[in-house]
Amino acid sequence: MLNMQIELVKQLFRRTFTNRFPSKRIPKSVSGFLRSVERGERKMNPPVPVPPGFRGRINYDKKKCIGCRLCVKVCPADAVVFLEKEKKIRYHLFRCTFCGQCVDVCPTKALQTTNEFLLADYEKD
Amino acid sequence: MRKAGDIIGQESRDTYSICVGPVHPALKEPVRLNLRVRGERIEHVDFELSQVHRGIEWMGTRRNPIQILYLSERICGICNICHTFAFCRAVESIAGIEVPPRARYIRTIVAELERIHSHILWAGVAAHELGFDSAMHYAFRAREKVLDVIENLTGNRIMKAIMMIGGVRRDMDKGQARLVMEAADFYSRCSRKLEKIFLGDPVIKSRTRDTGILTRHDCLALCSVGPTARASGVRKDVRQDEPYGAYPDVGVKAMTPDEITGETRGDVYDRIAVRLREIKQSADIIGRCVKDMPEGKIAHEDKANVLLGELRGVQGEGIGRHEAPRGEVFHYVKLVGEEAPYSWKVRAPTYNNLLSWIPMMLGAQIADIPVIAASIDPCMSCTNRAVVTGPGRRQVLGQDMLHDLSVKRTRELRRGLRP
Ligand code: SF4
Ligand code: SF4
Repeated sequence: MLNMQIELVKQLFRRTFTNRFPSKRIPKSVSGFLRSVERGERKMNPPVPVPPGFRGRINYDKKKCIGCRLCVKVCPADAVVFLEKEKKIRYHLFRCTFCGQCVDVCPTKALQTTNEFLLADYEKD
Repeated sequence: MRKAGDIIGQESRDTYSICVGPVHPALKEPVRLNLRVRGERIEHVDFELSQVHRGIEWMGTRRNPIQILYLSERICGICNICHTFAFCRAVESIAGIEVPPRARYIRTIVAELERIHSHILWAGVAAHELGFDSAMHYAFRAREKVLDVIENLTGNRIMKAIMMIGGVRRDMDKGQARLVMEAADFYSRCSRKLEKIFLGDPVIKSRTRDTGILTRHDCLALCSVGPTARASGVRKDVRQDEPYGAYPDVGVKAMTPDEITGETRGDVYDRIAVRLREIKQSADIIGRCVKDMPEGKIAHEDKANVLLGELRGVQGEGIGRHEAPRGEVFHYVKLVGEEAPYSWKVRAPTYNNLLSWIPMMLGAQIADIPVIAASIDPCMSCTNRAVVTGPGRRQVLGQDMLHDLSVKRTRELRRGLRP
């Protein structure tokens, strides 16, 4: 008990460890809060920065894609679908597991990981 | 098939039946406990598994090995290296792929970081079950550091996605090595602190000492694995018994409570002691690995498509074992020269450890259930892989039926029958 009590007393004088994201107090509606941040009405407490090489949302550059289908082959979640007519792919964000395997395999670097991670939404697209 | 009613049927006038779960606030994951109690004392224990069947192995037989890597990560959120590691080892043993030394070291480092993360998380949960929430928050804060390091190494906090058949996907540079070293130092110290907080606390001690005892004999009879077995004095650790990765160079010794507290009783207290000391052990292993890390390639084959082509050409069966934070995980894979494996079978450590609940809980009090249940660090989602459903029926497979089915399946496989 004593060891923990010492820890707790020390904690009183330390900075709060938790990063207060997105705001100091829990907003009534998180998505409403984020929208008001977009409109510039309120300020957001920034999230902890992500390290280099973070696997966030995948960016697809249609121009670079040569339609080799390698990404379709390795994707574990069927998140990339091949479009037969266009010989291009479609990337479904809501199915993606962010493993980054498609990025590794793409020969033309048409697929890239980004740092975006605030992706939860009510809409599928 | 056993039902909860069977126990109720045996009820006499002075005993009660209590069903805990499948979904219950005291249990983090769905499992159903059927107990018969006399007063406060538990007289009979039974449990029903398979409340979260997801059919992962079935999905695996429709995917190629590289897709399975990410599928196997989803067997268990916490042990996402363990399952992938075991799967990779199974496939590598079939294809005869030699893993480059640098990749073996990186694999070991990541696996040990995962163990630290898992054990600290568990310590927090155990503290919470005991009603010691300040210690829980302390443990969770300590866990943040290892998650940051994992995020830096692999690109994500939990889902590491760093394993690749024949190696790893990401290399470690100097800066990352320094970060990992720092974390190893931090957790050596942290483990000592946690030991002081948990083991030195008279309340925790009186609550967990001689509670939920698993004797060495029961442990061997029930084939318990991992820290649960080691806390009962069984020196069993895949890293020690069948070293792989960088473990042959590091030399791991199974941690038993007599090295920590001087005696082995096999109770909840011993399990806490073993897990907390294993945090330090892991930190030491990581330190050694970072120091001795050889240079060189990190993968047998960089190009996933070439690797897939290579794997399409091989046939055979392989097994992969890995010491997960909860014990040994075991993967069986059969490749038949096609894109997808013909068979993939996973045995998670909780499957072995669950049975040890019975001797642990017999004679204990109802209030001890959450503590005892948590003391084996159960992971139901890993374990539950057998439910049969059909039109108008949902049947949960019992132990015996499951065994019969599994024997049948083994025989079928042996004969090489194709359905
Ligand atoms: S990151 Fe993984 S899941 Fe997402 S599209 Fe690429 S391969 Fe598929
Ligand atoms: S791997 Fe790259 S180039 Fe090939 S289809 Fe996918 S996005 Fe296009």
